[in-house]
Amino acid sequence: MLVLDFEKPIYEIEEKIDNLKKMANEQGIDVMDEIYALEKKKNEIIKNEFENLSIDKIIKIARHPNRPYTLDYVKYIVEDFTEVHGDRSFRDDKAIVTGFGYIDSQKVAVIGHQKGKNTKDNLYRNFGMANPEGYRKTQRVMKLAEKFNIPIVTFVDTPGAYPGIGAEERGQSEAIARNLYTMFETAVPIIVVVTGEGGSGGALAIASGDKIGMLEFSIYGVISPEGCSSILWRDTEHSIEAAKAMRVTAKDLLELGVIDEIIKEPLGGAHRDYLQASENIKEFINKGLSELKALSKKKLIERRWKKWREMTTKFL
Amino acid sequence: MSIFRKKKKEENKWIKCKSCNETFYVEELEQNYWICPKCSNYFRISARNRIKITADEGTFKEFDKKITTKDPLEFSDLKPYKERLKDAEAKTGNKEAVVNGVCEIDSQPCVLSVMDFAFLGGSMGYATGEKIIRAIEKAIKLKVGLVIISSSGGARMQEGILSLMQMERASAALSMLAKKGLPYISVLTDPTTGGVAASFSMLGDVILAEPNALIGFAGPRVIEQTIGKGLPEGFQRSEFLLEKGFIDVIVERKEIPKYIGKFLRYFSENVKK
Repeated sequence: MLVLDFEKPIYEIEEKIDNLKKMANEQGIDVMDEIYALEKKKNEIIKNEFENLSIDKIIKIARHPNRPYTLDYVKYIVEDFTEVHGDRSFRDDKAIVTGFGYIDSQKVAVIGHQKGKNTKDNLYRNFGMANPEGYRKTQRVMKLAEKFNIPIVTFVDTPGAYPGIGAEERGQSEAIARNLYTMFETAVPIIVVVTGEGGSGGALAIASGDKIGMLEFSIYGVISPEGCSSILWRDTEHSIEAAKAMRVTAKDLLELGVIDEIIKEPLGGAHRDYLQASENIKEFINKGLSELKALSKKKLIERRWKKWREMTTKFL
Repeated sequence: MSIFRKKKKEENKWIKCKSCNETFYVEELEQNYWICPKCSNYFRISARNRIKITADEGTFKEFDKKITTKDPLEFSDLKPYKERLKDAEAKTGNKEAVVNGVCEIDSQPCVLSVMDFAFLGGSMGYATGEKIIRAIEKAIKLKVGLVIISSSGGARMQEGILSLMQMERASAALSMLAKKGLPYISVLTDPTTGGVAASFSMLGDVILAEPNALIGFAGPRVIEQTIGKGLPEGFQRSEFLLEKGFIDVIVERKEIPKYIGKFLRYFSENVKK
C-alpha cells in the first residue's frame, strides 16, 4: 500500500491503534480509552487536512495508486455483472471495461476506464489510456444499451487517450469524435461519474451524459496540468499554477456549470473506504436514474440538447 | 515615424516560403492560391484569404461577427490571456478563431465556417464553439449544407474545461443537422489536431483534406516523447490518413470549391423541406 507524504500522520496513528489492539488481545488490557482518543485525533487530523485540501494534494488524491477504479466500484455497486469485450474490428482494449448488470434490480450498461493497481497490471491496462478500439468498444455497448433500452453508467478516470503511433493509425480523433456524437444520440439515460482524473478528450469521450457527477477529490480538465505547464510556461515547474489557472477541481467545475453534482468522498478520500465511496456513488446514480427514467426518448434527447446547447453560454 | 511605417509596408509586400526560403511578392502568392511557386509548399492562410479563394466572388455575408470570449477564468500564464486575445485580434482582424458566413460555393448556397490558425493557433474556446454551433443552426434554418474548413491546434487551454465542453456541444449540434438530412462537408487543412480533430472535423459526411496537412489527435512531439522514438516519415499527414481510411479525398487548394460543390450537389436530394 502506498502512502502519500501528507497522509503519513494518519497512518502513523492507525499503526498505533493497531498495536494497542494487538496488545489488548494478547495481554487482555483495556485500551478502549486510548483507542478512542487516538481515533478522535486521527479524524481531526484528516478533517483539518481535507476540509481545505490544496490543489496539489487534490491532484495526488485523484491519482492515488490505491484509489478505487471502475471494477472496484462495479464490485460494490453492480450485481450480476458480466464484462463484454472487443470492438468487433481490431481487438479488445483493456484500458476501458464494459459490461452489463443490475444496480438495485435496475438493468445498467457499465462503461469505464480501468487503471492498474501495480506496474504489471498497469502495463496490461495501458495506465487507463485507451486506444481507438477502446472507444469503438464503448460505441458498440452504447448501441446495445439503446437497442434494449438499458440506461448507461460511466466511470471516468484516465490520464488521457493514448498518444501512440497505432492510435493515430487507427484514427484516435475519429474514434473520440464518433463517441461524442454517438453518446449524444443514444436515447437512454446516461449517468457519468468522474472518479479520478478526467484527462481531456479521452475522458470526455465517455463523459457526456445527462447527469454528470464528480467525486470530491477528482480532477477534470482540457489538458493535464503538466502538459499545460510545458506548453504555456515552457517548463514543467508550473503544473500547480497551471492547474489553478485552468480550474480543474470538482468545486470549480460545479461553479462553472459543467457538472451537476459533487459526490462526497469518505473521510480521507475514496481509497480509504471503498464501500462508503461506492455507496455515495450509487446514491448519485440512483437519484439520476429515477429522474431520467420518467422521460420519453424524445423528451430525454430534448433535455440533453438543451443541456449542451446552453452549457458555457452564460459566459458569452 | 512615417519612415518606419513605410518600411513596414514595404516588408509586408514580401513573404518568405518556410520550406524553400525563397521570397515572393504577396500578389504573386495570392494569384497562386498561397502555394509556393518554387517548391509547391502550401502556406497557412488567414480565414479572410481562405474565404476569398473558396466562396464565389461577392457572395460571402459574414454573421455572428462580434461573438468573442470574455476570459471567464481570468487566465494568465507567462502573459495574460486578455493580452493574447488583443494581439490575436490585431493580427487577424477577427474576434475569434473562426469566421462564419452564408455564401455560395461553386454556385451552391451553403453556410461556410472557416477557422483561422493565426488566431491563437486556431484554438477552440467557448466562443469559437458557440460560433460553430451557430453556423450549424444557420444551415438548419436556411436548409442548406454546411462547410467547415479547419485549421487548429485543438482546444484552448486558457479556457480550461469550458473549451473541452465545446467538443461535445459541436458534435451534438451536428447530430441535429444530420436529423434534417443536410450535408456537412469537412475540409481539413494544416494543421488539424487535438480537440478540433477529435470532434466536428472528423464528423463530416465527407472529409476533404489539402495535401500534406498535419492531421491527428496527439501532436507529433507528444507521441515522440511518449514512445521514446522518432516517427515514420509522412506520419499524420493527409496522404497517411487517406491510406488509413480516415479521409475521403485529398484535394489541391484551388480545386477545393469545385469538390465542395460536387458533394453539396450529390447530397442535396436528401434535403428535407
